[in-house]
Parts: sequence; C-alpha cells; structure tokens
Amino acid sequence: MTKSSWLKPSVLPGFGLSLGFATFYLSLIVLLPLAALLGHSLTLSWAEFCKVVASDRAIASYQLTFGASFVAAAVNLVFGLIVAWVLVRYNFFGKKLIDALVDLPFALPTAVAGIALTAIYAPNGWIGQHLNALGIKAAYSPLGVTLALIFIGLPFVVRTVQPVLEDLEKEIEEAAASLGANRLQTFCRILFPALLPSLLTGFALAFARAVGEYGSVVFISGNMPMKTEITPLLIMTRLEQFDYAGAAALGSVMLLISFILLLLINLLQHWSNHRHGAKA
Amino acid sequence: MSSIPLVSPHPAAAALRTATTEPLWVRLLLTCIALLFLALFLVLPLFIVFSEAFARGAELYWASISEPAALHAIKLTLIAAAIAVPCNVVFGLAASWAIAKFQFKGRQLLITLIDLPIAVSPVIVGLSLMLIFGARGYLGDWLMDHEVRIMFAVPGIVLATIFITFPFVARELIPLMQEQGREQEEAALTLGANGWQTFFRVTLPSVKWALLYGVILANARAIGEFGAVSVVSGKIREQTNTMPLHIEILYNEYQFAAAFAVSSLLALLALVTLLLKSLLEYKAAKDLAQGRSH
Repeated sequence: MTKSSWLKPSVLPGFGLSLGFATFYLSLIVLLPLAALLGHSLTLSWAEFCKVVASDRAIASYQLTFGASFVAAAVNLVFGLIVAWVLVRYNFFGKKLIDALVDLPFALPTAVAGIALTAIYAPNGWIGQHLNALGIKAAYSPLGVTLALIFIGLPFVVRTVQPVLEDLEKEIEEAAASLGANRLQTFCRILFPALLPSLLTGFALAFARAVGEYGSVVFISGNMPMKTEITPLLIMTRLEQFDYAGAAALGSVMLLISFILLLLINLLQHWSNHRHGAKA
Repeated sequence: MSSIPLVSPHPAAAALRTATTEPLWVRLLLTCIALLFLALFLVLPLFIVFSEAFARGAELYWASISEPAALHAIKLTLIAAAIAVPCNVVFGLAASWAIAKFQFKGRQLLITLIDLPIAVSPVIVGLSLMLIFGARGYLGDWLMDHEVRIMFAVPGIVLATIFITFPFVARELIPLMQEQGREQEEAALTLGANGWQTFFRVTLPSVKWALLYGVILANARAIGEFGAVSVVSGKIREQTNTMPLHIEILYNEYQFAAAFAVSSLLALLALVTLLLKSLLEYKAAKDLAQGRSH
C-alpha cells in the first residue's frame, strides 16, 4: 500500500508495464525531439533569438498564418453550424453519403488537396478564371491560403457540434414554443447557448490545425516572401539554408503557440462536457 | 400493453411539430447553403483530381502510376505505414490500459501529452528529428561514426510517420475503455484468468471496432503525411520518395497529368477509408444496441 498515495489500489495487473511502456514510448517519440528543438533554440543569445523571431519577414509570415487561419476557422464556424444543423435536423436524399464525405479532409492527403485546390483556383482554373475576370486573384494570394485552410478545417466544427445537437432534448424547444417564443428566439436564446461550447471547441480545433498546416498551402500560396509565405514554410526555407538555430527559434515560437492552443482546447472541451453532462 | 399505439394522432401534435421546426423556405435555404458549401469544398476538389488524372488519356495515366519511381514511392509509403501503425497500436493499447483501468496522479497530464502531436505543425516534427539525427544534430557525429543513416533515409521517414500518427489509436481507445469500466476484467480475474488472458479474451474483443477505427485513421494519415516527411526524406528519387513527395516533384516539373494520376490513387484510398469508417461506425452502433438489449 506504499504507492497508494498516487495510485488507487486495484486488483487488475499490468499497471507498471503498461504505464512504463507508454511513458517511455511517449518520451522517446514525442517529448525528446520537441525538447531537442527547444534546446537548440537556446544556443542563440536572446538578442539573436529576437532578431530571428521578430524580423520583418517572420512577422509578415505570422500575420498571414494567423490571419488566414482565423478567417478560415470563422468561415468553418458559420458553415459548419449550418452543415451540422442540416445533417441532424433535416432529411434529404443522399444524407448518409454526405455525412460520410464531411470527413474527407481528414482522409485526403494534404498534398493532393493542395494541387486540386490550386487547379481549381489558378488563373486558368475552373473557378479561378471567373474570379480572375472579376479582378480577384485566388490562387497565389492570401485568399488562396485561406481557401486551403477552410478545406483542412472543414470537419472540425461539424463533428464537434453534431453530437451535441443530436442529444439536445426536443422538450426544451417545445417548452419554449408553448411559452410563446418564435423559432428565431428559440434558436438564439435556447439552442445557441447550448451549442456555444462545442462551437468554440470546433473553432479552436480548426484554428490550431490551420496554424500548423503546410502540405496544402505550399502549392496554392505561391510562396512569395513577405506576401504569401506562411511560418512553417519560412522554417523550411531556413532549414534549406542550413540555418538550424534560426529554424529552431521560429519552431519554438510556433510550438509555444501550439501548447497554448492545446491548453485552451482542453479547457473548452472540459467546459463543453460539463455543460453537456449537466443537461443530460 | 405493447399493442396500444404509443403516439395517438392528435391535432395538438401536429401544431407542436410545426412549432419546433422551421418554415419550409428556411429549411430549403439552409439545406441548399450546406450542400453548396460541401460541393464547392469537398466534391469539386475530389472531382478535379480524377478528371485531371485522365485529362491526357488512360495510357498516360497507366504509364504515370507504373513507372519505377512511382512504384518505388508506393512501396516506401506502404512500408512506412506498415511499421508506424502497428507501433502506435501497441502504444495505444498500453496507454489506454493504464489510463482507463487505473486511477493515478498525472493521468490528465498524460492524456494531454498524447494529444500533443495533433497540435504540432508537421514541419516542426521534421525539424525536431533533424536536430537530433541530422549531420549537425545531437546524435549526428555518433551516427556518422557508426555509419547509421536516419535522416534522408527510410528510418527518418518511419520516425516522422510514427510521430504524426501517434495519438490516433490511443484517442479512440481511451474514452471507450473508460466508459466500459473494470467490472468485466475483475470478473475474469476472479474466475481464474491471468492478466494476459483477461486482456486478450475480455478487453481486446470489447474494443475491437474502436481499435480498427483508430488503425484506419492512423493509416490514412500515415500514407498522406507530407510536411514532416518532406523535411526528413531529402526527396531522393527511388530511394526516399514517398507518394505525396513524388506528387510534389511531378507537379513542380509541370507533369500535371502524372501528378494527378498518382494523386488519384491516394484519393481513392481516402474514399475507401471513409467507406470503412462509416461501416465501422454502423457496426459499433449495432453492437452497442445489441449489448443494451441483453
């Protein structure tokens, strides 16, 4: 009973083996490489570090990466809610097929998505030529980057909102209606607050995914420094110039932001489960 | 009692139904917006892949996917996935056993750390491996002395793929095993089974669909990984080129039809993944319903 201070006693065997293996494997595969990254960025002095991560080119890349990711996640927030709503509440021909297709961005390799989207939005592409006639440049511009990030983040909001919407009790809406609320009031006052935690979770997941995305963006962005260069690509460029410390410094900044986003997502999910659990 | 109809047709019921749904025009409008959005962002790219792949005829298509460089890329991609996915299955089972069947301090931290690779940019994954195993990395000199090649070689590609697909199996298993609790295993042990018997005969069968689901997701991600692999592979044709990297090279050489031909294989695989995923969801739901009716 000596170790029961941190482990609740159990009759099941294999705790030491399974936890030992899991933590060893986790440390070796994930934590060690990330520690090496942080360690390597420490080889720079503070002034050098600041010079790398706050250079004009780096700041332009952050603006594009976070700006495009935010817009893409916001677009997915609105349309994801509509898609989830339609899939849960309405019946139409081919619904099951469409429901399955929503996960396509998870299954389709990002490079394939990248060249397909470029073919669509390039100046001579299917949609690109019409946009071009209107004077809008889609591919090889920040708009193209945003389009790729919308594709990548599409399933997140739908898949976080869908189960919550399915579990909502019809009685609450009936009560609202019988008390004289119209449909819009019921949605704004009853349904939307119940869906809010899952909407925000989906938004944060789509945003976090978009911030780190490389494969699909690299084809459609055109990769012009200061204009259409995302931060992961800037890291790649530093690496190709054998500037390992510079790449590690930029990587550390991105990693730190990923940590914060992950923490935020965990908090949101906790809130969402809590709200959801209390209702059921 | 069961012969009495549960719902009697009543005018009030119809009124209630109209009160809890939207007018027809709103329903039609929302459905059209959703379908248009999905058609634009999902169906159109998928369609483009196949139409561009066959744009120069079936002969070129066949030549593009059967040339030695393409075949080698396909082989390497499958090897990397075939090593990475089983490694992560073993990890996923071990981690979910420890996390779901025991109560210990630091459990929540462990769950968060398992999710970490999802939030990390693929380029950073590749960069981190480079800083350990690359020529100027922490182990660079030692590896050079012992003539072990990890970067710009197959082991580096496998390591990057393992990192990227790390959480997929564990994430599917942990919530399910937490929900299932410990009673079944405790009963098996009381009846005289040993630990491994309990695991293989009781735990594993009860999570088989979730396990397969995780494997399918991990496999799709492993085969399609681009960013991380692109840093560590060096893109040497017929040596360290995976399918997504092969596509990039063809595309940058303006061999669009060939690039889309190889892409169409990956798109086909993505569609098979979605099909299997739906099948497994259906199976798991059926098993759950059966379990409840017993």
